[in-house]
Amino acid sequence: MKRIIVCLKQAVDVTQLKVDPATRQLITASTPRKMSDFDKNALEEAVRVKEKNAGVEVVTVTVTSEEAKTVLREALAMGADKAYVVFEPSLQDVDTLGTAHILVETIKKIGEYDLVLCGESSLDSFSGLVGSRVGELLSLPQVTSVRKLSVEGDAVVGERTLEESVETVKAKLPALVTVTREINQPRIPSLMMIMKASKKEIVTWTLADLGVDKEKLASKIEVVEVLAPKTERKRIRITGENAAEIADKLAKALIQEGVVKR
Amino acid sequence: MSEGKGVWVFSENADLMLEMLGKGREIADKLGSKLAAVVVGSNVADRANELLKYGADKVYLVDNAVFGRFQAEAYLGVLYNLVVNYKPETVLIGSTKNGKPLAARLATRLEVGCVPDCSRLGVDEKGRLVGERITYGGNAVAKLTFKTKPQIVTVPSRAFEKPQPKDGSGQVIKLDAKAEQAKTEVVETKPLETSNVRIEDAEVIVSCGRGLGKKEDRVLLDELAMVLCGQVGCSRPLAEDRKWFSEWVGLSGHKVKPKLYIACGISGVIQHVAGIRDAKVVVAINKDEQAPIFEVADYGVVGNLYEILPALKEALKKQLQ
Repeated sequence: MKRIIVCLKQAVDVTQLKVDPATRQLITASTPRKMSDFDKNALEEAVRVKEKNAGVEVVTVTVTSEEAKTVLREALAMGADKAYVVFEPSLQDVDTLGTAHILVETIKKIGEYDLVLCGESSLDSFSGLVGSRVGELLSLPQVTSVRKLSVEGDAVVGERTLEESVETVKAKLPALVTVTREINQPRIPSLMMIMKASKKEIVTWTLADLGVDKEKLASKIEVVEVLAPKTERKRIRITGENAAEIADKLAKALIQEGVVKR
Repeated sequence: MSEGKGVWVFSENADLMLEMLGKGREIADKLGSKLAAVVVGSNVADRANELLKYGADKVYLVDNAVFGRFQAEAYLGVLYNLVVNYKPETVLIGSTKNGKPLAARLATRLEVGCVPDCSRLGVDEKGRLVGERITYGGNAVAKLTFKTKPQIVTVPSRAFEKPQPKDGSGQVIKLDAKAEQAKTEVVETKPLETSNVRIEDAEVIVSCGRGLGKKEDRVLLDELAMVLCGQVGCSRPLAEDRKWFSEWVGLSGHKVKPKLYIACGISGVIQHVAGIRDAKVVVAINKDEQAPIFEVADYGVVGNLYEILPALKEALKKQLQ
């Protein structure tokens, strides 16, 4: 095992997202960005493999239409050795297939690798497609939704939770693995790690550097609208002198709604 | 061989297949196209015939011992070849843990778009297939359509109703297929170490959040759930942080659609609310008058869940008699 590549997204911090109540539009421009949390788990896992196996290099790849230095510095502080970023404002409208194409060209340009790690999904768009798309474009074996990972010789073994079973899957390296949030608890870098990371390299590439065919990046999806959901709830407050009275009124209301069985 | 505008459905999960056939039928009728199901497996001829009763005009059946168990490359190869040969316009794939990567890989091989996890799906006034999905951590619902065909959609379990069986006049078309070389090996399969009950199936859910003081207190919820023939659920902190439960309700956990959802001591962060969007009636019980859960509840009680829950149990018992 020589090199692990972690796909890292800079995402909108959805917990700080505001909505314009009049239009139900999201106000994303002013919302802080952060490292997508599933990807943080992927990075943490890569660093843990590195710590157990001497000589492993961990690099991150990021495709972004916005400045992402803070997130990349955090990745380096967590233990990545080098961060690669494809940064072009025009990438704003790229869909999951386009993103996968750019990630794949970046990975190919980096050179050899044994393992590509991705979060199962992203914090903001939550599509959960990019990892599998990257794996397919690279013709790699893929083990998805992994909650426990180990490297055994020239193979990777992942435990994945399906709907009704837990499966242990083995794939020969090089392979692609997507991870869930259960897999680990990402470290919080110490001041020392942050200092050390300041000397590490961030490599910025453009689409021209990668020789990506821009036609391939044309979005296959059309966004009709993205709006805050309408709340169509009744919002009736039930009050009373005491718990028994409140409970009585509530029980009556629920029976009237026809949502409890006699 | 082309069927022009065909709508196809595929899932390795038999129940989800039926749910998708119901939705698929509706879409096919609106688009003026045929509905076909794809069945891949071993000894699955009966299953294929059964699907004709659930609205499929055609069933493409690939029945071979090599497909006895789901294997990503084998199933992907079959689906890809079928889609290339018969050129359906729309393909619905069940959004299971195996189905979703399958859809992503199929869409990639075909160089087309994929709209995942559609909780609603329809045809708009312009005749476009529009999928609705929750995004931005529950802060938004995205409506998406396609610029390329075939249009690949993934559909989660329980999003759509299973149709009533009828006499079908469709046909099963048996096909031969080779299994593409597997790239991964399943070395072990264990049953999931959770209860057999699926919270997605519950008609009533009594759910707790951080307002629950200690693990043992869930008995209050259990007792109320028993009276209502419901199940007990929780919000993410109780599962992820306190480890009192193994699963939770919310965008990152289970998305549920019960008739009644009673949120006890749940503040109502947007990710949790996204998971109960399709509940018919939501009740909120919370000490904090300002808790956001009240904004998305049909009935709100400002009060102590330790007093309200036992009282509610008694009141329901009495009134339901």
